[in-house]
Amino acid sequence: MLEIKNLHASVEGNQILRGIDLTVNAGEVHAIMGPNGSGKSTLAHILAGREGYLVTQGQVLYEGKDLLAMLPEERAREGVFLAFQYPVEIAGVSNTYFLRAALNAIRKHRGLDELDAMDFLKVVREKMKLLDMDETLMNRPVNEGFSGGEKKRNEIFQMAVLEPKLAILDETDSGLDIDALRTVSDGINRLRSPERTIVLVTHYQRLLSYVVPDFVHVLADGRIVRSGGKDLAQELEQKGYAWLEESADSLKSGVSVP
Amino acid sequence: MSTKTDTLETLVNREYKWGFVTDIEADDVPSGLNEDTIRLISAKKSEPEFMLEWRLNAYRHWLTLEQSEAEPTWANVHYPPIDYQSIVYYSAPKAKKDGPKSLDEVDPELLRTYEKLGIPLLEREILSGVAVDAVFDSVSVATTFREKLGELGIIFCSFSEAVREHPDLIKKYLGSVVPYTDNFFAALNSAVFTDGSFCYIPKGVRCPMELSTYFRINAKNTGQFERTLIIADEGSHVSYLEGCTAPMRDENQLHAAVVELIAHDDATIKYSTVQNWYPGDKEGKGGIYNFVTKRGKCLGKNSKISWTQVETGSAITWKYPSCILQGDNSIGEFYSVALTNNYQQADTGTKMIHIGKNTRSTIVSKGISAGHGQNSYRGMVKILKSATGARNYSQCDSLLLGDKCGAHTFPYLEVKNSTAQVEHEATTSKIGEDQIFYFRQRGLSSEDAVSMIVNGFCKQVFRELPMEFAVEAQKLLGVSLEGSVG
Repeated sequence: MLEIKNLHASVEGNQILRGIDLTVNAGEVHAIMGPNGSGKSTLAHILAGREGYLVTQGQVLYEGKDLLAMLPEERAREGVFLAFQYPVEIAGVSNTYFLRAALNAIRKHRGLDELDAMDFLKVVREKMKLLDMDETLMNRPVNEGFSGGEKKRNEIFQMAVLEPKLAILDETDSGLDIDALRTVSDGINRLRSPERTIVLVTHYQRLLSYVVPDFVHVLADGRIVRSGGKDLAQELEQKGYAWLEESADSLKSGVSVP
Repeated sequence: MSTKTDTLETLVNREYKWGFVTDIEADDVPSGLNEDTIRLISAKKSEPEFMLEWRLNAYRHWLTLEQSEAEPTWANVHYPPIDYQSIVYYSAPKAKKDGPKSLDEVDPELLRTYEKLGIPLLEREILSGVAVDAVFDSVSVATTFREKLGELGIIFCSFSEAVREHPDLIKKYLGSVVPYTDNFFAALNSAVFTDGSFCYIPKGVRCPMELSTYFRINAKNTGQFERTLIIADEGSHVSYLEGCTAPMRDENQLHAAVVELIAHDDATIKYSTVQNWYPGDKEGKGGIYNFVTKRGKCLGKNSKISWTQVETGSAITWKYPSCILQGDNSIGEFYSVALTNNYQQADTGTKMIHIGKNTRSTIVSKGISAGHGQNSYRGMVKILKSATGARNYSQCDSLLLGDKCGAHTFPYLEVKNSTAQVEHEATTSKIGEDQIFYFRQRGLSSEDAVSMIVNGFCKQVFRELPMEFAVEAQKLLGVSLEGSVG
């Protein structure tokens, strides 16, 4: 479903990713962990097609297609979804209107009929229950005046409505109190399915206690330095990232040519 | 995925769709302006003596203004000096002697032009119930729905016709809100205006349909100087819409119109404009100079005048639809969306002059700048000593697309009565790359993103437009912005 091969990328001349290799299969949940500045968010943004990153080497295949050659909106229509770490506010555009336009753009791409306001409302009502969303949020402008928790919940709600094949969740747990974390996690768990792949990008282990991943990868200094099962997350929680960063350093000094 | 700039830039560049020229033989007068030109215009229109006198007085006044170089320069717009002697002041489609009596007599070529503009008169007449007075260059081509309105005592006709058939009303009201001494362009208009619309709603009558005028400048080097006069008698109600387009021309064309509205006791006038004059090309060549004086007088108590404008066209816009709130408890409103793209310049806003007691005014201005566009809001709220209990609320928001455009706000407040309440709010925002990316990540194109954000920004104003025109205005904004992002 997703194959990342030897991915190198830089931002404004700074090398951030230094050779990522990762294969993710349909229906799996992968967690990508790592300290601040390790390149987690960069990887998420590159997969979604954000501008400002220069891929210097490597490739990404999504369902066998060259993902990096696709426009961001094409990726979205093909089923790639990014839950943003910092969802932007969009004044004047209501949540409902925005989401219906998005859903219809995706449906159109898939050769399905566009939903009218009534049909859409039915879909939305059902998904709102999933996330325990307040209906008044739907009529407010996108993310405007939402609390941090409401914004994150709204991202997962959008995911529920848009039904992506590959969902990348960028620090979805940050800024959530314990109750909100539980609600959001429950929502994510209900969206797990054999057809849907989820990539969780997170700094802390705590989300992974609720959304238990199939695989955990640790990113340090632009590389995956360790991969393992769900237990790896707990090990990290106990030992901290320093333990693995040392191995990243040795890896770097091993390949760097003065 | 490396180029970060220019994303917000490309959405502006769609071609002007209304830039066709209609091939019709025109009856012109030679270019240039002098007393003979004015006499000729007046004669061509078989005007009564008083009208000619008024025109000549206006012309003489304009000459003094021109000699003292009183062409206004305070607006935040820049253009080379206009040569007033090179303009053709009268251009009419050559037609049968006395002008068309019904739609059947209108030149079919002309009707096709209106069809291209999306206002087939015949269809409009039958389907939409909108009475249209179409002004093509300088004369009114056909006025629909006359009879039906006539039954209610409503007069809706071309200005020329009103001068001939209702001289008493013209004598009484012409220049009563915008005298020819008002300003340079109003003086020019008063001297050479060729046609326009006239509307009178009698006491207690609620006009059963939207009245509409469609202006179009066709002939080359033609100035369009139309004049509109709307009088709402006691307790009456009318909603009026004007739309404007022009073909694409390399040279600049001058459009200096005057609109006067008069609302008597308990009367309401709603005046909506969708202005889409040719804005010039991407390099700023050509386009219409839209120098317009629009003013309404709430003469009677409890009267109300509401201006709504959506301005997407013109190379330069210089326009301040205003309200004189003379009657006690009268209400003035101004809702505006002004968009400048490429090299367009707009200096637009309003004046609210509070004279009567407990008069209220609301100003909502939305400026959108893209490309190299410069957008200025200029608004005056003047509260006179007599205006006890007056209130004003002004809100003026600017939206920027890209980093080469500009938004400017010039509010003037003059309050002479201590019981008055005046509020002013202003915001400036920019459509950010991160917002566009958010839309795209959800499967929407950059163009959809901009159009949704812009429409959201303008919602407060669109809400004030009659339903079918709100849809039109939304589409127009989309078209005007296409290519500016993405």
